[in-house]
Amino acid sequence: MTFAAPVETCPGSIYSVTFGSAKALTIGGETMLPFHSFEGAAPAAPAIAYEIQDIFPDDWPETLQRVYADVCGNPVAWAHYCEDECNAQAIALRLVGTHPDRGNRTSGEAAQVVSDVLRAVSVPLIILGSNHVEKDAEVLVAAADAAKGRRCIIGKAQEKNYKTITAAAMANDHLLIAMSELDINLCKQLNILITQMGFARDRILIDPMCSALGYGLDYTWSVMERIRIAALYQNDAVMQQPMVGDVGMYTWKTKEAQAPEAEMPKWGSLDERGIAWEAMTAGSMLLSGAELLIMRHPAAAKAVGDFVAELSA
Amino acid sequence: MLIIGEKLSIIARRVREAIQQRDKAPIQEIAVAQWKAGAGMIDANIGPAEEDGPSLMEWMVTTIQEVVPLPVCLDTTNAAAIEAGLKVHNNTWGRPMVNSTSNDPERFPMLDLAAQYNALIIGLTVGRGGLPADAEERCAIAAEIMARAMETGVPLEDLYLDPLVLQISTSQDHARHVLNAVSMFQELNDPPMKTVVGLSNISNGCPKHVRPILNRHFFALLMHEGLSAAIADPQEVFETIRTLDVLSGKTLYAHSYLET
Repeated sequence: MTFAAPVETCPGSIYSVTFGSAKALTIGGETMLPFHSFEGAAPAAPAIAYEIQDIFPDDWPETLQRVYADVCGNPVAWAHYCEDECNAQAIALRLVGTHPDRGNRTSGEAAQVVSDVLRAVSVPLIILGSNHVEKDAEVLVAAADAAKGRRCIIGKAQEKNYKTITAAAMANDHLLIAMSELDINLCKQLNILITQMGFARDRILIDPMCSALGYGLDYTWSVMERIRIAALYQNDAVMQQPMVGDVGMYTWKTKEAQAPEAEMPKWGSLDERGIAWEAMTAGSMLLSGAELLIMRHPAAAKAVGDFVAELSA
Repeated sequence: MLIIGEKLSIIARRVREAIQQRDKAPIQEIAVAQWKAGAGMIDANIGPAEEDGPSLMEWMVTTIQEVVPLPVCLDTTNAAAIEAGLKVHNNTWGRPMVNSTSNDPERFPMLDLAAQYNALIIGLTVGRGGLPADAEERCAIAAEIMARAMETGVPLEDLYLDPLVLQISTSQDHARHVLNAVSMFQELNDPPMKTVVGLSNISNGCPKHVRPILNRHFFALLMHEGLSAAIADPQEVFETIRTLDVLSGKTLYAHSYLET
């Protein structure tokens, strides 16, 4: 007896979002819950952006640093490597060097790195602050100015600093990541506040805040699920944006990604563990609706790419 | 929730004078204000219009639809005027609504017009013999109107049952009967029957400052009973709609929910 899945059509759909200039990338546009191809369409596949940083990633575990050993001391070389060797669809430049505790680099220095990287690559660029709320408010403004004309994604705007960042993204024709901390009502409120400034509803990407597997992933997952249900079934126009999973940052600091085999022999290979942690977290977020993943390890990115292909077949 | 803007009524002096002089500007200004305030349809109440009904309704419909991308609710007892309005109605933004039929034989032809022109129609649950006493009597009348609609070829999904809101100052008990009727009407068919009220009737004759308070609170109770539509002032009810949607879980809450 063949199984006929009950089909539910929804009144809402996800906005289709395009970023980048020379090489543009489109995500979103789905008319159904993640991968429910039997009851809707997904015009674009989820995309993976490779993360690079403006300073040497001394807080990354050695197993991860090793992958980018020759290039991660120089953002331009690192960007080239991701585009040419890893075939990255997009690159996410995280300006961690501007964080007061990590080098406290100036907005001017950050803007210079942004310009240098943009000159070097043609794939779309996501520009991320250091997640220091006050510093990001000025750094991302400078970065947005420096990136004018390249239709980048600027992130992240939060409740405490969204005004200047949104204004700069708007003035320079970029897209914006709006981040709230596992709070669906704040997520909606932030989207309303951003759009009240005149920023287009369909140029926002939602970051509900990633949590690693074992460290709160289920909270992230259920917030994302509720966001998608509001978007598709309640047709909530303020919540229909694509979602971002900032996976690398949260997964590589876990004990599972870092503890040496001698310390945790039952956990097995350290190399595989880190990759698995990132891939599992990313894969789970795809199932709850992430259309853009920011990842670090090429092997994890490849595993996720294969996973998407299987689900979409 | 479908809000049918009530403000283009011949009872209002400004509207009556504009109609008499065929002055488009006030009509269009009021229509646009209602559209911007969230109306999904505009009611055009020309009264019995014994003189010149058809050409007046034509003028109202075309004047309104010149500036507002919405369907019109044709509000008159004059069947010839209804037909004239249906003929010129622009269906691009939705189907017109006939306001109304009832259990009074003089209003039966309204159903034929709705069937012929594929219009929505309001069925007022009142007959010739006086006002319905309670919710049960309203339901009995509703059932008769539904049977007549089916015989005439009007699909039940196109019929909006109106339980006849009476003014609280003289018919206080009927506020409760109306609430019960809205609930009971829905059970008369599967899928549930649609319902509509003339909201401001509840506060007819009340002091000016009290009217919006009565209207808004009654509307909240009606929404809770499952009301589908209301002929009302969109500006008066938009807060209630948004608040009830959040309280009932229909829309996700955000602190700025009233501004969406």
